[in-house]
Amino acid sequence: MAKSEFICINCPLGCMLTVEYDGNEIISVKGNTCPRGDKYARQELLAPKRTVTSTVRTEGSVHRRVSVKTVPEIPKKDIFRVMEEVKRTVVSPPLKIGDVIIHDIADTGSDLVATSDLGE
Amino acid sequence: MRELVVIGGGAAGLAAAVSAYDSGIRDILIVERGTELGGILNQCIHNGFGLHTFKEELTGPEYASRFIKEAEERGIEHVLGAMVIDIKPHCVTYVCPSGVVMEETKAIILTMGCRERPRGALNIPGYRPAGIFSAGTAQRLVNIEGYDVGKRIVILGSGDIGLIMARRLTLEGAKVLAVAEIMPYSGGLKRNIVQCLNDYSIPLYLSHTVVDIKGKERVEGVTIAAVDENRKPIKGSEIEFECDTLLLSVGLLPENELSSKAGVALSPVTNGPVVNDKLETSLDGIFAAGNVLHVHDLVDYVSEEAAIAGRNAAEYIKGSFVEGERVAVKAINGVRYTIPQYISKEAGSVTIRFRVSGVFENKYIVVRKGDDVIKRIKKRILTPGEMEKVELSSVDFNDDITLEVSNG
Ligand code: SF4
Repeated sequence: MAKSEFICINCPLGCMLTVEYDGNEIISVKGNTCPRGDKYARQELLAPKRTVTSTVRTEGSVHRRVSVKTVPEIPKKDIFRVMEEVKRTVVSPPLKIGDVIIHDIADTGSDLVATSDLGE
Repeated sequence: MRELVVIGGGAAGLAAAVSAYDSGIRDILIVERGTELGGILNQCIHNGFGLHTFKEELTGPEYASRFIKEAEERGIEHVLGAMVIDIKPHCVTYVCPSGVVMEETKAIILTMGCRERPRGALNIPGYRPAGIFSAGTAQRLVNIEGYDVGKRIVILGSGDIGLIMARRLTLEGAKVLAVAEIMPYSGGLKRNIVQCLNDYSIPLYLSHTVVDIKGKERVEGVTIAAVDENRKPIKGSEIEFECDTLLLSVGLLPENELSSKAGVALSPVTNGPVVNDKLETSLDGIFAAGNVLHVHDLVDYVSEEAAIAGRNAAEYIKGSFVEGERVAVKAINGVRYTIPQYISKEAGSVTIRFRVSGVFENKYIVVRKGDDVIKRIKKRILTPGEMEKVELSSVDFNDDITLEVSNG
């Protein structure tokens, strides 16, 4: 049996959560003051996900960068692999908020989309 | 004469203008200093904005674009690259590419936002080498200019921008060695502690401050030390970091140079205007909302507050504004300040926003009118980093209101 600790981020109380588990099987969640903490701890242990936000280099625009994010969230462990691809990318205008810049970035199944418009 | 001039086209200005429009005002001008609308949101490329307003997580530029679109749909006029140089009741003077413009107006809404506390106030000994940035400046340099601020970074202050930048620079390939916070708790949101520091194993040193900066031309190292309860460094507790960059995230101040020049009464606690429940300042027809009024932690609350200012400015312009007698709202025993500071007797219902001065667990927020308790709210936790609010409805405001943190 193993143990992991997380801080619940769902409210300012920030409960310290302790999860006991065996492989992929969760035995107990302790320390949560409300059910949201229980759900959060399970998610964080088994499949933590994050939205990566960054910027991409541009060409042919007065703006030197366009802001981007991953949609949907990517597995936390893939953050740096995704960033490698973000850093290699160069885009040209025009781009609109929501335009997909990279499909299935770093084989995560998520897309990299523009979060701002890019004009010339 | 114009009906309404809104100073600043960021989150607060846009929401105020849109809400004034929806309350029947058509002749509105937003005066924006930058080259585009959206203000500071444009450089806040991280997500987490809009959960309250749109029930989804947006990045800063996305949140701004929603409000810009709403302003555009209503045909609200704006001028960019325009620097306001003078305000007085019913008149705003600004300089823009086409010259100096004096805009006579029935009402004014101040939405200039805030700026970072200057580093001069920090009192760190030593030279002033290159490689010291405020967190917000670093954010603009990295996210807008695509500039590389440094490779090995120490951050002083655990405000949200500092935490966000710790993650941002880590993703860009820099090594963030430490975040030092002089207080025994972080001023940032829990979510940011976890997702910006813990996710990347960046250590947070609470009750620590920077005591030395090494390097003449460029930062070569930073020394931090633990502080005692009087925030004085403790000898022997020093930790040295070899680094090329120091970011300062030591707090934000409402931007009130114009307001104070105009004679708007400012609060020494918030550094923003003193307002009544209509968010009107001490000067006739001048309203204020957003970070210029008090520094917010969530943009959703900025928009909410600005919409209230917009609605009230509209009432004022239409002449349906009753300005009767008022009572004071007092912050005592752990409540650091309240917005508004005054409530008119006929207000009826009011939202009071406030912050506490320390971390409190399992306490009550008690609201009194005179000596009578009119509201008591149990709080599992109160921290200075999180803005709180109480809603008072159907109250006859015939005596001063007091807010305090209490045991029962
Ligand atoms: S478990 Fe519930 S009470 Fe505790 S931090 Fe999470 S949301 Fe807040």
